[in-house]
Amino acid sequence: MITFLQQLINGISQGSAYALIALGYTMVYGVLGLINFAHSDVYMFGAFMGYYIANSRVVQERLGGSVLAAVLVMLVSMALSAGLGMLIERFAYRPGRTKTRFTLAFWLGILGAVFGDLYSHSAVGILVGALIGIALGVVVELAGIHPVRQESRLALLIIAIGVSLFLENGGQLVFGADPKFFPEIIPSTSLNVGALNLDTQKLIVLFVALILMVLLNILVHYTKTGKAMRAVSYNLDAAKLMGINTDRIIALTFGVGSALAAAGGILVSLLYPKIDPLMGVMPGLKAFVAAVLGGIGNITGAMVGGLILGFAEVMAVGYGSSTYRDAIAFIVLVLILLFKPGGIMGKGTVEKV
Amino acid sequence: MKRAVFWVVAIFALVGLQLQLANWIGPYNYKIVILTGIYIILAVSLNLINGITGQFSIGHAGFFAVGAYTSASLVTYGESTIRGIVGFLPRLGQDAVLLVLGMIAAAIAAGIAGLAVGIPSLRLRGDYLAIVTLGFGEIIRVVILNVDAVGGARGFSSIPAMSDFFLFWVFLVVLITVSVIRNLVNSSYGRAFISIRDDEIAAEAMGVDTTRFKVLSFVISSMFAGIGGSLFGHYNAYLNPNSFTFITSFLFIIMIVVGGLGSIGGSILGAILITFVLETFRSLNEFRLVGFSILLVLVMLYRPQGLMGVWELLRLKRRTAVAKS
Amino acid sequence: MGILDIRNCTKRFGGLVAVRDLNMSLAQGSLYGLIGPNGAGKTTVFNLVTGVYTPDEGDIQLDGKSIHRKKPNSIAALGMSRTFQNIRLFKSMTVLQNVKLARHTQRKQGLLDAVLRTPALSQEEREIEQDALSLLKIFNLAGRANEFASNLPYGAQRRLEIARALATHPKVLLLDEPAAGMNPQESVELMHLIRSIRDRFELTVLLVEHNMKVVMGICEKIQVIDYGETIAIGTPREIQDDPRVIEAYLGGA
Repeated sequence: MITFLQQLINGISQGSAYALIALGYTMVYGVLGLINFAHSDVYMFGAFMGYYIANSRVVQERLGGSVLAAVLVMLVSMALSAGLGMLIERFAYRPGRTKTRFTLAFWLGILGAVFGDLYSHSAVGILVGALIGIALGVVVELAGIHPVRQESRLALLIIAIGVSLFLENGGQLVFGADPKFFPEIIPSTSLNVGALNLDTQKLIVLFVALILMVLLNILVHYTKTGKAMRAVSYNLDAAKLMGINTDRIIALTFGVGSALAAAGGILVSLLYPKIDPLMGVMPGLKAFVAAVLGGIGNITGAMVGGLILGFAEVMAVGYGSSTYRDAIAFIVLVLILLFKPGGIMGKGTVEKV
Repeated sequence: MKRAVFWVVAIFALVGLQLQLANWIGPYNYKIVILTGIYIILAVSLNLINGITGQFSIGHAGFFAVGAYTSASLVTYGESTIRGIVGFLPRLGQDAVLLVLGMIAAAIAAGIAGLAVGIPSLRLRGDYLAIVTLGFGEIIRVVILNVDAVGGARGFSSIPAMSDFFLFWVFLVVLITVSVIRNLVNSSYGRAFISIRDDEIAAEAMGVDTTRFKVLSFVISSMFAGIGGSLFGHYNAYLNPNSFTFITSFLFIIMIVVGGLGSIGGSILGAILITFVLETFRSLNEFRLVGFSILLVLVMLYRPQGLMGVWELLRLKRRTAVAKS
Repeated sequence: MGILDIRNCTKRFGGLVAVRDLNMSLAQGSLYGLIGPNGAGKTTVFNLVTGVYTPDEGDIQLDGKSIHRKKPNSIAALGMSRTFQNIRLFKSMTVLQNVKLARHTQRKQGLLDAVLRTPALSQEEREIEQDALSLLKIFNLAGRANEFASNLPYGAQRRLEIARALATHPKVLLLDEPAAGMNPQESVELMHLIRSIRDRFELTVLLVEHNMKVVMGICEKIQVIDYGETIAIGTPREIQDDPRVIEAYLGGA
């Protein structure tokens, strides 16, 4: 019984991390109908940003191990990740939807920077490469070559996969492929509640995640922006006709989702301090399953799905076999899609048109 | 008559290549050519279900794995028995028998897997089908990971390598795969597949049993993936579940999309191009994948119909309108 | 008993009764019209007959065989074919390929024939091509056989859809608003076309249409429905004078 309760706490703690990431998937799917594969890498980015900030001199020397330090790390990382998310939306997904400019310049600039690094291994080389790439991109665009309007979901999915691969490998390039260790910005102590031995870190993770989820709920259901987000997720064209700046709302959705993923990344790194550029792959996939479990596009569903999945995983490992741990998520996924594709909070069976 | 001539010439050409290619381009490149051949089989088979039938499947690596491991198990554990039975043949002939038996076993196993995955999944549409196939692909991989008899996480390394005449066999299978699929496409079966891609409701109204044909396309596709897997097992004489992740599935998707979805020639070109790019820049490690992924995004943004775009005709008629606006 | 019989059919969607206790009987060889105000349930009837929906009550028989539980492709194989309100051509296929596809239910080739490209297959492919081309000639589309279906002008696309439907060698042909979007000249040509194919191919034709000139011009018998129920059946003259029909179209809100 005691172990069960402890496992319950573990499960909910794990699950709330999944929930935070799942929210990003579900929100983007809600407004764009797109499975943002790159989301898992924003999670990774958030964790790394947190790592660098926590290890920066400012934090180490001025703020030490205080609560303020932890909050700062969290907030700055979330802000930076929100920025990354919006950048991705702007340069990878939006060009397929509306007329945009400088798309090619952006990507060729990055490609140029990569080549610059490759051949010169110096900051100057990177800069030169980037400038050449940007110039090339601008020229080609002036010549009249524009991105094509995407009318196929498959194409968008492949772009998402491409961005994901880009972030993962770029991360290996920039951060280095070997794992780093996230500093302990919140000390790990245990609390004894009756016969239970609780880990304060896990409780804090749970607590912070809950706060964020409540804040999100307030945003989505009690603000005008949230209303606009919901409108866009129901019907993009109608929302446009109602005067909503859909491009801005979509960008915001990406931003919020990415910030949550970053928060998830930091919280998970508190519990499991080993971080590396590929750390987002598995949790990302599992969070995605959680989103589908709850009903993709449904925000409450993502939270519920995350908690259930985290719980199921912990239970399976605790009472079953740990080698099949990763398979739990996929088995859940397949079962849900075959029997109730709309998820727990969704409609019944998806009608075949 | 023309066809018979084609095959005779092809076989002679392949024998010639087998005997000389390694001398011309070196053993390293020789191996890459073989790998390209295997990937062509995978790409062309994936194109049948994704490009021609329009069913969004991204778990192809699963069938690749089933075929690879089935064939490898048969060949490893059954080698002595089989060589015993066909001992009267010269060594090359015995190798051929083992190879062919392995491929047959792989095709059957992968086909059964395709049936098991396809029947429940193909009721779903679009994104949901994609995710389900992804999920199944991963389940297959995790299951294999836990089977000790084929090495589990350490990998399966006791596979006898059929290295002597391997190029010949791989490209013979490539030719057969391409012929089979091309013939299929140019028959009423092909028209049925394409009609399902274009408009399922209209297809049903014109008498096509869309469920049956979707499953058929799926099973044929997975069988060939299995055959490719069988050859893959002999390629390195080693198998590891890490070769069969969803990243691998993505790789095949990239090949057929870059080549042009729905186009057989496109899939061949795509497989060649992607394998070439991956292998040529192998020494550059992360750089190569970063550059590669950016290229992929750009191709999808600027020319999603790929090299041999059939897509052009499908949904992007408004392209010129966007460019002018 | 006609070639197509709908008996006491009811179809509900949740709380809404789309079609209520409907009866319809088509005599073999007739040109039958189904009309009614928007929302009357005409498309539902079409979908029930072609197997897209299953009736909650009642049954449907095609040439004596019960079809209301069958899937659309089986019903097509039994001799029922249709066109669509919103033209559903196979966009990536050529004009010729669209028609060839419709021969699907009559194919004899097996999987092995296809894969090995046997002489039997080549022979059948030649026959299919011949049949398709001769059908296209009747519809004045043979010259465009190798163009992509999506490149055809609107009127030609509609003709193609009808041609394709005929390639299944149906006994009953369902036309869903074939005159939609046509100018008066095209509508007149369409009327001639429908009559001539009915005669030439010995078909029974069921027509759903809003264009009254076409309906009154070619239909031998017309059934009027409103709110899922039949309000009148008769010749064009009878229907035009029927007060209930007039009220359904003009009366009320």
